[in-house]
Amino acid sequence: MAQSKEPAARKLPGSLDTNRRLDRWLQINSDGTVTVTPGKVEIGQGILTALVQMVAEELDISVHRIRLAPATTAFSPDEGITSGSRSIQESGLALRHAAAETRDLLLARAAQKLGVTLENLTVADGVISARSGGSVTYWELATPDLLAREATFDVVEKPPAEHVVVGTSLPRVDILGKITGKAAYVQDMVLPGMLHGRITRPPGPRARLKRIDVKEVERMPGVVAVVRDGSFLGVVAEREEQAIRAERRLARLALWDAGAPLPDSDPRRLLTLAAETEVISEKGDPGTAGAQQLSAEYTKPYLAHASLAPSCALALQDGDKLKIWTHSQGIFPLRGDMAQALAMPETDIIITHAEGAGCYGHNAADDVTLDAALLARAVPGKPVRVQWMREDEFAWEPFSSPMVVRMSAALDAKGNIVNWSHELWSHAHSTRPGGRGGVNLTAAWHLEKPLPAAKPGNPPLPGGGSHRNAVPLYDFPNQKITNHLIRESPLRTSAMRALGGHANAFAIECFIDELAEAAGADPVEFRLRHLKDARARAVIEKAAQMAGWKAHEKGDGERGRGIAFARYKNLAAYFAVVAEVQVAEEVRVTRMWAAVDVGQAINPDGVINQIEGGIIQTVSWTLKERIDFDRQGVITRNWTDYPILTFAEAPQVEVALINRPESPPVGAGEGTQGPVSAAIANAIHNALGVRMRDMPFTRDRVVAALSA
Amino acid sequence: MTLMLQVNGRAREVQADAETPLLYALRNDLGLIGTRYGCGLGQCGTCTVIIDGKAVQSCDLPVSAAVGKQITTVEALGTVENEVENEVENADEKLHPLQRAFIAEQAAQCGYCLSGILMAAKALLDVNKDPSDGDIRAALEGNLCRCGTHGRILRAIKRAAEEMRNLGSS
Repeated sequence: MAQSKEPAARKLPGSLDTNRRLDRWLQINSDGTVTVTPGKVEIGQGILTALVQMVAEELDISVHRIRLAPATTAFSPDEGITSGSRSIQESGLALRHAAAETRDLLLARAAQKLGVTLENLTVADGVISARSGGSVTYWELATPDLLAREATFDVVEKPPAEHVVVGTSLPRVDILGKITGKAAYVQDMVLPGMLHGRITRPPGPRARLKRIDVKEVERMPGVVAVVRDGSFLGVVAEREEQAIRAERRLARLALWDAGAPLPDSDPRRLLTLAAETEVISEKGDPGTAGAQQLSAEYTKPYLAHASLAPSCALALQDGDKLKIWTHSQGIFPLRGDMAQALAMPETDIIITHAEGAGCYGHNAADDVTLDAALLARAVPGKPVRVQWMREDEFAWEPFSSPMVVRMSAALDAKGNIVNWSHELWSHAHSTRPGGRGGVNLTAAWHLEKPLPAAKPGNPPLPGGGSHRNAVPLYDFPNQKITNHLIRESPLRTSAMRALGGHANAFAIECFIDELAEAAGADPVEFRLRHLKDARARAVIEKAAQMAGWKAHEKGDGERGRGIAFARYKNLAAYFAVVAEVQVAEEVRVTRMWAAVDVGQAINPDGVINQIEGGIIQTVSWTLKERIDFDRQGVITRNWTDYPILTFAEAPQVEVALINRPESPPVGAGEGTQGPVSAAIANAIHNALGVRMRDMPFTRDRVVAALSA
Repeated sequence: MTLMLQVNGRAREVQADAETPLLYALRNDLGLIGTRYGCGLGQCGTCTVIIDGKAVQSCDLPVSAAVGKQITTVEALGTVENEVENEVENADEKLHPLQRAFIAEQAAQCGYCLSGILMAAKALLDVNKDPSDGDIRAALEGNLCRCGTHGRILRAIKRAAEEMRNLGSS
């Protein structure tokens, strides 16, 4: 159990270990409310609702008493970045422990005040009653000094069997604002005297501004300032449409040096580049031969997060202080990079989080924040709101890296896998702010005195970056997994849902199907044959049962079904899915049946919502999406160039949750991606008899595969 | 220039150039921030409003083209003043059946697409009391959702239609 603490380890749960002061997490207010100040942020995933439940549970209060404060560098705990589906483990477990300790402190005060022992006390919605009579409330007992202390180790959290709030599907705390048109996003913030800014970006990542005469633009209606610093070019105007018009004029007037041409956008170009090679897993004798040897190569292209809201930030230069509002996933790392870019002390920069649209990883949220700050410095005392245009977002957000995965395996005479090899090629999956030895913000690279970017890299294993989920969960006697990392990329790459886990789990799960076919085995039985992990087996069996899977079922030339499985990072959510496709002119995914196990589900419907969303978004990646560029820059710049799944195309999705209240809770935002892509590829093979190994599975590619 | 708009049943005055997109007049001049910018190209539907009964994308429509027409934004659907976080149940009477249905189905993740989708759905239900799944999908042709909430949104619109029929017949 997560909450059992080994005395030897002396680590507090989650982010509490590095942010030990209780009052950084919670305040008990005299007005009968509790303020919760998590460092993790809402990105559409519903985390705030789950955190409210965890706090209400441990404090024995109604969820209605909880007020959430936005994360801010001014007082929130530094929880790094909201990413990797780790917010339940890091913020949730910290708050659970902090709330349990707060309850203990309040009970101790109550016992003293009522003159009874602790055993005599019960709590109901913040009212502490003594069995012998008398009561007192949290709100009466709390004083500012109550939580002005560090968390301790000897706190007993509620056993899951006693949970009454955790494990229920509390409606999302943010839904009412989102369906009534209330100000819900940073894009909706209005500050007194606010001006509007827009940025003119170079035509491509290697282009530099050669010449521009800004006089004409400075005279345009409403224009307050034109800001140029090297190749960074922006405008501030009184009205939003004036800023847009002025920006368009700037773009037309600017003369750029194109810089060196970009290479081809084919993912297989990765195979030709110098790489840092590392064997990340080796087991038994990887030279072992079998009766049959198979190999296959899989690819994915550059993908965009393609958030529905172009990134936005507000900045105000207020005397020496710079005040910022942003939908960044990591306000503290961002503050560090901003301080370097602006040559200011970190303490003079106050960054407050305000929700944006779903980001699905590292999009332009951080970059637009520096843009807003650079423009705000030109108009001290006036808040500036900068929202990127749609074209900016597609051209300049950091993309998910292209990948190539080569699989090879040997089957023995009985059709068992006796040797397994997985080799992957990828760019880095993290160029977030907070990297060492540089500044990871686009505008910083365009300044007159450009700041170097930090070295692109990967989060370390076991989570990993490009090598995430490259080590199979299957039990093979002999295996070798090799990661080829190519740090430099023609387009900036960074974290997007599942990171390398998408392509790795896709390749593993497609290849398992190819091996099952070669072994004459049913894909479900073949997977179970190579898996000991009981929870892994349970999700596969559940998904197969939901779909009414029949052993050795065959497609009919148009309709087919496929299955796939993964455990996210090999340590978090278990997920299995059956996809049904209908192929006429194009591939349509018609139905999906999925089973998921996230350990203890804090909010079961919230988990299911995240899984459904992950499934549908990945159907879109798999069938339709690819960022393309020419010799100069990105050419997929709007929703026509980069179509995503529409309402007409959305599959019917059924998700079963295997809730395990006694197991530690883990996140649900990722983990669906690799299996969903693989299940679709396997279903296409089941339907048509052709193997699709290069994403996206567009009509042209299916036609080409059929005629090959 | 001064333009007179009919927004949510009220006459509203806007000082803006004729070619200013309606979206910015709604958001920045009238404070109706529920209508949202997504692409400025009429491709994603986050800015959808209803004009004379039809769902229209407001990001590439000049404000002058909306003069003399009835404009409806998400704010007209139903709103709850001074709502307390989490207290959704008490809000029911003041909300439109569509909004109640979106709560019942928990049809939201990030929610940025929802204002536009609610408007497209209202335009549909105003003329089609019993839409099929295909009708609903077709009505949302101009609306994108990136979080993958499609299934819940489709169910919510179906549920709202049913509730509206029941209310109408009772």
